Amino acid sequence: MILHSYLALSGILFTIGLVGVVTRRNIIMILLSLEILLSAANLAFVAFSQALGDLSGQIMVFFVMIVAAAEVTVGLAIAVVLVRQHGKSNADDLRDLRW
Amino acid sequence: MLKLPFLDRPMSHPFFFYMLSTLMIASALGVILNRNPVYAVLMLVSTLFALSGLFVLLGAYFVAAIQVIIYAGAILVLFLFVVMLLDMEPETLLKIKGSTLRVTGLIFGLFFLWQFLRAARAMTPFSTAGNMRVAGTTAAIGKQLFTTYALPFEVASGLLLVGIIGAVVLAKKKIP
Repeated sequence: MILHSYLALSGILFTIGLVGVVTRRNIIMILLSLEILLSAANLAFVAFSQALGDLSGQIMVFFVMIVAAAEVTVGLAIAVVLVRQHGKSNADDLRDLRW
Repeated sequence: MLKLPFLDRPMSHPFFFYMLSTLMIASALGVILNRNPVYAVLMLVSTLFALSGLFVLLGAYFVAAIQVIIYAGAILVLFLFVVMLLDMEPETLLKIKGSTLRVTGLIFGLFFLWQFLRAARAMTPFSTAGNMRVAGTTAAIGKQLFTTYALPFEVASGLLLVGIIGAVVLAKKKIP
């Protein structure tokens, strides 16, 4: 397969995740869609790494996974605290900072 | 004897690419369209498995392995724990006010996809099929990681430590 197939696939996956982030209102679902976005970026990184013959892209994927792990840990902790304090997990209902 | 061009590297046949990408797109759609968070998490597991298959097709063996172990194994189990801990009711996707948000999201998503594909098509074509230029084995990745990328590697361990401490501080109950 040529690089363009993988790039098109990455774009489709990114679009699905983007629509998920915009349309879903549950904070857990927004975090799940963010994981799809990061995975789409990972696919583009690996495709470019193979096309250019350079391993740096795959190492970047490694770092993206580390950042995703840290992000998920903190994000889920925030979600647990929000549900514990407000009793709801809808992102539209959380407007304490708005005045 | 008939020599098929893909027999020396059987995974490079386009059938595997199309099968895995169909599975991946269908599961990703399942993630964002499912109302039940538990099913959505399981769909994401399937998406990431298909993605790791694509990584194998691209010769990124180490990345494919840690994709399954870290993402599908650790991160999504964490997701499942939290979904079940919070005991979420299936959210009603259709209850969004006036559904303008969904239409706007879809339009902007399609616009983004159009722009992305246009930019991708404008590039000079590389072939990833014929000769594998690099093999992302553990040895090759590890050699790069501990020489060229040693400093980012150490910084990443610091980031993980901050993540662990932050999660504990955020999620623990107040100690009287």
